Amino acid sequence: QADPLIVEKQPWSQFLGAGVDEAPYGMPSKFEAHVRRQDVPWLTADPISSVNFTPLHELDGIITPNGLCFERHHGGVAEIAPQDYRLMINGLVDRELVFTLEDLMRFPRENHVYFLECAANSGMEWAGSQLNGCQFTHGMIHNVMYTGIPLRLLLEEAGVKTTAEWLLPEGADASGMTRSIPMEKAMDDCLVAFKMNGEALRPEQGYPVRLVVPGWEGNMWVKWLRRIEIGDQPWHHREETSKYTDLFANGKARRFTWEMDAKSVITSPSPQKPITHGPGPMVLTGVAWSGRGTIPRVDVTIDGGINWHQARMSGPSFDKSMHRFYYDFNWDGKPMLLQSRAHDSTGYVQPTKDALRAVRGENSIYHNNSIQTWAVNEQGVAENVEIS
Amino acid sequence: TDMPAPMRGTLIQPANAQETAAVEPDPTEEGATVVAGGLGLGRLALEEEVAAWDIDVRPDGLGLPAGSGDVWTGEEVFVEKCAACHGDFGEAVGRWPVLAGGLNTLSDDDPVKTIGSYWPYLSTVYDYVNRAMPFGEAQSLEPDEIYAITAYLLYVNDLVEDDFTLSNENFLDVQMPNVDNFYMDDRLTVEMPLFQSADVCMENCKDSVEITMNAMVLDVTPETETAETTVVEEVAEEVVEETAVEEVAVEDAAAAGPDPALVAAGEGAFRACKACHQVGEGAVNRSGPHLNDVLGRTIGSVDGFRYSATFADAMAAGDVWTKEALAAFLTDPKGAMPGTKMSFRGVRNEEDIAALTAYLQSFAAE
Repeated sequence: QADPLIVEKQPWSQFLGAGVDEAPYGMPSKFEAHVRRQDVPWLTADPISSVNFTPLHELDGIITPNGLCFERHHGGVAEIAPQDYRLMINGLVDRELVFTLEDLMRFPRENHVYFLECAANSGMEWAGSQLNGCQFTHGMIHNVMYTGIPLRLLLEEAGVKTTAEWLLPEGADASGMTRSIPMEKAMDDCLVAFKMNGEALRPEQGYPVRLVVPGWEGNMWVKWLRRIEIGDQPWHHREETSKYTDLFANGKARRFTWEMDAKSVITSPSPQKPITHGPGPMVLTGVAWSGRGTIPRVDVTIDGGINWHQARMSGPSFDKSMHRFYYDFNWDGKPMLLQSRAHDSTGYVQPTKDALRAVRGENSIYHNNSIQTWAVNEQGVAENVEIS
Repeated sequence: TDMPAPMRGTLIQPANAQETAAVEPDPTEEGATVVAGGLGLGRLALEEEVAAWDIDVRPDGLGLPAGSGDVWTGEEVFVEKCAACHGDFGEAVGRWPVLAGGLNTLSDDDPVKTIGSYWPYLSTVYDYVNRAMPFGEAQSLEPDEIYAITAYLLYVNDLVEDDFTLSNENFLDVQMPNVDNFYMDDRLTVEMPLFQSADVCMENCKDSVEITMNAMVLDVTPETETAETTVVEEVAEEVVEETAVEEVAVEDAAAAGPDPALVAAGEGAFRACKACHQVGEGAVNRSGPHLNDVLGRTIGSVDGFRYSATFADAMAAGDVWTKEALAAFLTDPKGAMPGTKMSFRGVRNEEDIAALTAYLQSFAAE
């Protein structure tokens, strides 16, 4: 029978659509309204000091659109007009300096694509499979092209004293976010960024200026950056003692666990993205990243790890950026247990959940980079599970 | 049949497209743009500007201002400024952070990480309270108040006696019990050898596989919209328009009680009030009066509660808690009732006020 969508005239083919300038700042198609960040209300006491999650299951490629980058703030979004913005550098420097946004724009700038992952990403999954969707298990991550000034240049402008070993970036928001960062990292690849994916930072991502700390946990990427103090020892502030320390089963805790270990997740199929087309040719896809380099290889299994297949990497492979992988195969319509396993450029291979728990216990909250399993049934419905 | 994916993974080149390549930096590119410290951009910071922003405190005491506060003063300030979220004794309300207790629980299955049981340095307490607390009114406390709160937090954690006074003079004498249980990240030496492997198993890696745990058993995942449900909702909206007459009739019938959805939202919003106000069966006065049957009752009229003068005046005048009066009070407690003992800063948006009102309405007398 002939398809009425083809043989009958459709309104969009017959009548005029919207003209230019109908949406001076363009928005996604109204049919994509379901693609959005979402929070998990029971996770936090209050929606102002809270987190929402990137809808990884709806995305492809490696770049996260600005409006879908997950948000985490501790005192709400600071609203700072560009002309009211100031950045101070003080402490162990030859010259304590104040910069306006216009001053910053006169420094040489660079462009880099980096992932930002919250150290607590997948933190709800340590003791067992809990949240049913990769948005919630793995969505505290985004991958963005930043335009910014190498932090090294600002530090050189102030003249760092020889005794200086640590930095304390500080936010201008109502939580006054601070983290201690070693000088070596600051001089290596940190950026003071003002653009994301070509446009100004979004307010919830630190407008007008944020710190970029490539490969290291997201909490250190201080937003609404107002000050950088230089010192000779770490500050041991709340976000590096009470929080963002990894408690082990023996009651001792790792601190300064900055680097994000190699990790991957299958984004489709996944619990929020079931297979709707039945058996036959299909595309399995996901993302992988490492705070220590690139991802040259991802393995995929559809039988719970009995047999593995090397996935196809597609798109640019940048240092400390997300990578996209695909596995194209014929689904026989039988239940599957899907997993992905990332290899990074240091030779590190993403561990199983049991292997990671054997080392770290179940109470560390942070840095769960273990292999994720989705169980897919005959109908194509996927569920977050753990397997033997 | 299974179509094996092309073996292209290993052909991807490492990050040569990122400008300052971590592997092999290009010295010519680096030197071409900048002379160290040579741009002359920005201006010198003034002493008072640095003083205004440089508020951080370190474990060695750097940054601590002169001042002092004792445990009893700390209790007063804490109950007024902090207890709405953290509870009178740091036991916490709802999911706000627990600040006291938890000693010797760090190796339990459910460790309780508090200032006393977990935090390695007391300076962190001073620094954080100073920079971020009270939530929603950051950097509003005086040094003496912060020393007093810090002293009180030591007291509720059984780390000092009730006659203790904390100051910048004796600050470094206080040792936190968990200070020695933190160690530097050792993943590169401990975990890298375990997980670094050039030779991973690809075929017949295990005999069988069993599912050991399902997320659906817990069912704590929020509802997700898909393209399909969006379409369904659009259809549903059309249906609703057609049956709008019936809807109105249903609303009339429901007008006697508050909207259940609003009540549910109000229950969540009420968490911030719970430290001081009880509601429901058996509710009694705490640091605030109980709130059963509050709508329609005379302001300041709960038996046995010691009201401030402003509430006594309102009672004498016969003022009643109408929805409007409640909304005005919740929006700006100190503005609507000058002199009120309620330290709560107010509710930010109208939806929360409507939800709280509906929630309180649900505790009306039958």
